[in-house]
Amino acid sequence: MEISSKLKFANPANNHGYEVVESINANKEGSYFKTIARRFAKNKVAMISLVLFIFLILAAVLAPVISPYPPNKTVGNFEAAPDSEFHLGTDEIGRDVLSRLIYGARVSLIVSMGSVAIYVIIGTTLGLISGYFGGITDATIMRITEVFMSYPYFMVILVLVSLIGPSIWTVTFVLGFLGWPPLCRLIRGQVLYIKTIDFISAAKATGYSTSSILFKQILPNVLSIILVNATFGIANAILTEASLSFLGMGVRPPAASWGNMLSNAQSLTVLSMQPWRWVPAGIIILVAVLVVNFIGDGLRDAVEGETK
Amino acid sequence: MELVQNKKVILSVRNLNQYYNEGKKNEVRAINNISFDIYKGETLGLVGESGSGKSTTGRAILKLSDITSGSIIFDGHDITKIDGRKDTLKFRKSMQMIFQDPYASLNPKISVMDIIGGALDVHKMTNSRKERTERVYELLEVVGLSRDYASRYPKEFSGGQCQRVGIARALAVKPDFIIADEAISALDVSIQAQVVNLLKSLKKSRDLTYLFIAHDLSMVKYISDRIAVMNAGRILELASSDELYRTPLHPYTESLLSAMPTPYPDDERSRQRIYYDKKYHTYNDETKVKLNQIAPGHYVYCHEDEISHYVKKYKQLNK
Repeated sequence: MEISSKLKFANPANNHGYEVVESINANKEGSYFKTIARRFAKNKVAMISLVLFIFLILAAVLAPVISPYPPNKTVGNFEAAPDSEFHLGTDEIGRDVLSRLIYGARVSLIVSMGSVAIYVIIGTTLGLISGYFGGITDATIMRITEVFMSYPYFMVILVLVSLIGPSIWTVTFVLGFLGWPPLCRLIRGQVLYIKTIDFISAAKATGYSTSSILFKQILPNVLSIILVNATFGIANAILTEASLSFLGMGVRPPAASWGNMLSNAQSLTVLSMQPWRWVPAGIIILVAVLVVNFIGDGLRDAVEGETK
Repeated sequence: MELVQNKKVILSVRNLNQYYNEGKKNEVRAINNISFDIYKGETLGLVGESGSGKSTTGRAILKLSDITSGSIIFDGHDITKIDGRKDTLKFRKSMQMIFQDPYASLNPKISVMDIIGGALDVHKMTNSRKERTERVYELLEVVGLSRDYASRYPKEFSGGQCQRVGIARALAVKPDFIIADEAISALDVSIQAQVVNLLKSLKKSRDLTYLFIAHDLSMVKYISDRIAVMNAGRILELASSDELYRTPLHPYTESLLSAMPTPYPDDERSRQRIYYDKKYHTYNDETKVKLNQIAPGHYVYCHEDEISHYVKKYKQLNK
């Protein structure tokens, strides 16, 4: 048949002509994370939240510089109402509430970011391994996650914290070591799908080692999921830490944390007569959690827009 | 044909079996006892309908799946026995694959530079960052892409461009043998022609051997030296490509060829579709059924008793 003559027009050596025209649009798209960042920047609520969250981080980092008084020292009258000297008043032993609030941001951020960092590492690694290898490995890891997920989460935390002794580090590690199963399952599910796509076969055929396939080929494809999950995880950890400190199982006095400041509200007098001793802590927890959740929402939308 | 037979065998598949769910009710015999050789420097076309085991064969040869039984000798080594990182890498370096779906075969989160450069890194083929970049540019130019594309991501490309990137990645490690698994079937016809011509010219300039898996018969004829026809996990006929198209012996091959559309409207209108009856390769006693040589280099899967029938048919067609 005349196939060879039919095909002669298509000589690949000469086709630069129409391919180069397209390269005018090159680099408009940029890398994957630039695309997500651009989409995220369009979301006003998320951007405002991000700015507020950055302020919060700055406040925590610069606490010694910006707080007006040392947080754990008696600097004024007991239970004084806010005035020009102590903007948010003082507590039962004359410590400045505003300074304690600023130092409390350190606790919340260390606990939340620390624990999320720990569980992201554990959850991601186990999720990748579980999804990729399948079989007995997968079954074992999944049974472990199920065991973890079928205990009342908060009770286990309480028991562990009281066994080890409450401190900011205990809370961080306990939250970190208990928080990974949901992320692990999420990633496993995604890996189950990704490993069937040809580029994984191509990576095997190229000769990549299994660990390179997991961490160089598959990991970039689940990073967005991790990012979104971690953001919501931070909000959760802030809340959990506050609850633990409120119950006296988190950060021990005299160290300041939003949660143990809030526990002042356990007394009826404080609750009704001295709002400056608990309302600011309550508001800052609310704001921090809301802000992080808005960032998470914005990230999720930016990431999901990518599939459309 | 004679020419081909004097050449060195680069790949030799013997009694290859690939079963899934072995021994269970839903056992699938994806590859059923096939044997064939590929000579150095030739292109062997592997054709057949969907589910006939073509791609499974390709993946087995590339050691992407664990075969049930049989041997695959590549360059003197049984690849099923390759073990250890060093030997695996050596094997990976000599055999590469071009995949069916150009988009799916490229990692969407990795730039073209790192897709191609990654292959160089795995085999430690470059000594410096600069050399790596230069090699990637060079490879892009070999497959007819501009070097500006290196910083871009797969989703920014068309199917044909992605397939070229895939070819560049395969070429990066300087392989001797490339499996093209339906490498052109996802592309539209004009791009198919470009890619096939690219593969042809690369074969010449780089001394490659191809296993070209496809279902588009006209393309297969254009690129292949020899063609194997597969159905239900078996090779039913194996011959040089001219001979296969001129004198198809097995009824399945006849049927397959009759399904091939022609570009001429008059021929197309009068084209008779030959239907294939599965009983031609269902035998009660499988022991005496194998690929038998009917004419020099022309093999047909049949029972010993059928050989004379096919020989007669061959002579008739050649009159």
